[in-house]
Amino acid sequence: MYNLIGAGLIVIGGGIGLGQIGGKAMESIARQPEAAGKIQTAMIIIGALLEGLAFGALILGK
Amino acid sequence: METLLNDFSIGLFFMQAAILLILIVLMRKFAWKPILDALQTREDGIQNALDAAEKAKLEMQNLTASNEKLLQEARIERDGMMKEAREMKNNMISAAKEEAQVQANAMIEQAQVAIEGEKKAAMAELKNHVASLSLEIAEKVVRQELSNKDKQLVLVDSLLAEAKLN
Amino acid sequence: MVATKSIKFLVVFVLALTSFTAFAQDDAVENNLVDSPDEIREYIAHHLKDSHDFHFFTDNASGTHYGFPLPVIVWTSNGLKTFMSSAFHHDDDGEVIVDKDGAQLLKYHSKIYELENGATALSFDEDNHPTNANRVLDFSITKSVFGMILTGLLMLLGFGALARGYKKGKTIPKGFSRVLEPLVIYVRDEIARPNIGEKKYRKFMGFLLTVFFFIWILNVLGLTPLGFNVTGQIAVTACLAIFTMVIYMFSGTRDFWAHTLWMPGVPYILRPILAVIELVGFVIIKPFSLLVRLFANITAGHFVVMSLMALMITMKAAFGPVASTGMSLVLSIFIMFIELLVAFLQAFIFTMLSSLFIGMAVEEHDAH
Repeated sequence: MYNLIGAGLIVIGGGIGLGQIGGKAMESIARQPEAAGKIQTAMIIIGALLEGLAFGALILGK
Repeated sequence: METLLNDFSIGLFFMQAAILLILIVLMRKFAWKPILDALQTREDGIQNALDAAEKAKLEMQNLTASNEKLLQEARIERDGMMKEAREMKNNMISAAKEEAQVQANAMIEQAQVAIEGEKKAAMAELKNHVASLSLEIAEKVVRQELSNKDKQLVLVDSLLAEAKLN
Repeated sequence: MVATKSIKFLVVFVLALTSFTAFAQDDAVENNLVDSPDEIREYIAHHLKDSHDFHFFTDNASGTHYGFPLPVIVWTSNGLKTFMSSAFHHDDDGEVIVDKDGAQLLKYHSKIYELENGATALSFDEDNHPTNANRVLDFSITKSVFGMILTGLLMLLGFGALARGYKKGKTIPKGFSRVLEPLVIYVRDEIARPNIGEKKYRKFMGFLLTVFFFIWILNVLGLTPLGFNVTGQIAVTACLAIFTMVIYMFSGTRDFWAHTLWMPGVPYILRPILAVIELVGFVIIKPFSLLVRLFANITAGHFVVMSLMALMITMKAAFGPVASTGMSLVLSIFIMFIELLVAFLQAFIFTMLSSLFIGMAVEEHDAH
């Protein structure tokens, strides 16, 4: 039961983080469309790092 | 975490390590090295070709520039020659003109001298004529005077009227 | 041309059909169909694990299994033992005991145990853990190992052909190699070069390219009806992550170690603490995040796809067979496309982060 609550918290945190990353990346692309490729790559890397963190927490709690 | 550790198979780990190691070695030797080398040589080739094209373009530009320069020089030389020729022509014309002038002047002078001489000769002859005429008239007048005084006067008058012409 | 195309189509079609048959009817215990949520959960859990035989589907009417056995190689208390997995007769509950020169071997939940001396049957504690048997070191050619060998052979064939094409003097590849070449260039120019640096990237290209294509092909193999789940095995991803860790730890420059162990520009009291944090980061956290990310993504993907396919069974009572099958088909096809993207993305991210970490280790700081 506590596991599930923890998992929910992790997902909330991760979701907020991913939303921030995605939103800011979209803003940057809108501001500088010519740098879209670089921004996307950076976005994916940061997203992957966040994902690793969230998954790590999920696995540890499982 | 516990179930995961329970699922962790040490045997699979070692098999994977062995397979991955062998695969890396084999792929390096038989695939990645030749592929990357070939890609590198191809890219170098393309770069070299591009550089050569750039160089050729530059050379072409240089050639065109030097051609242009040669042409310019030729044009300047031609212009120079033309100018010289024109000058020469002008010089020749003016020289000829001058000479002709001088000659003409000389001729005119000669002619004047000759005319003057002729005139003098004619004057002298005229004077002689006049003198002789006057002498003749005088002789005739003297002769007529000697005969008739009126007649002598008339004669003198007519003679004088005649003599006024000259 | 048309004939080969139609044959290819037929093969794909049959494979697709068998996969659905397999998911719908496979693993029936004593001719029982998988049709309750508990059975489906158990079936999915079974799929997510490694297995010792290659099992396509089971004909419930006759009770025959379609597939082929794989060799079992185990290190027991009596030394190395090898036999085919058909000796277990598709048993996964520890009931069939194989006697190999005094070693009593049995298979329980896809793992091979050796019975302790004197025991004749497996006994469990209340958590369903075996009490009188020990895990053996299992070097079997399991389904995952089979998949890895298959991937290795595919890579050697495909990229070997590309390499041979160059050796023959053709500067521009033909046929399938033409597809592979841009991928190699992509890994080199988009992943390795910007992260490691122009001067040093060549040394690590062998590892990065191998790992990229290895993970990608295995991920895609996992989406085929063959039912591989290789990159969803934590041992496999752990091995990959440890390879990356070893490589960046051993190629670290003096600058890297100086910055890790004795950070300049920081008060002296803080330096040992920072060193511990950095070391833990490089030795444990970074490899751990690498291995967990790949494992969790692929496992979650398989779980979601199989759950959506199971919708046709679980929703049958509520919506009828046609509507539930249609819903499950549409949803699983949709999620399958996402999984296809994830298969590439995870290979890309693993390689990207590996080269990022390697780049951190080989970086030269000249501005100090």
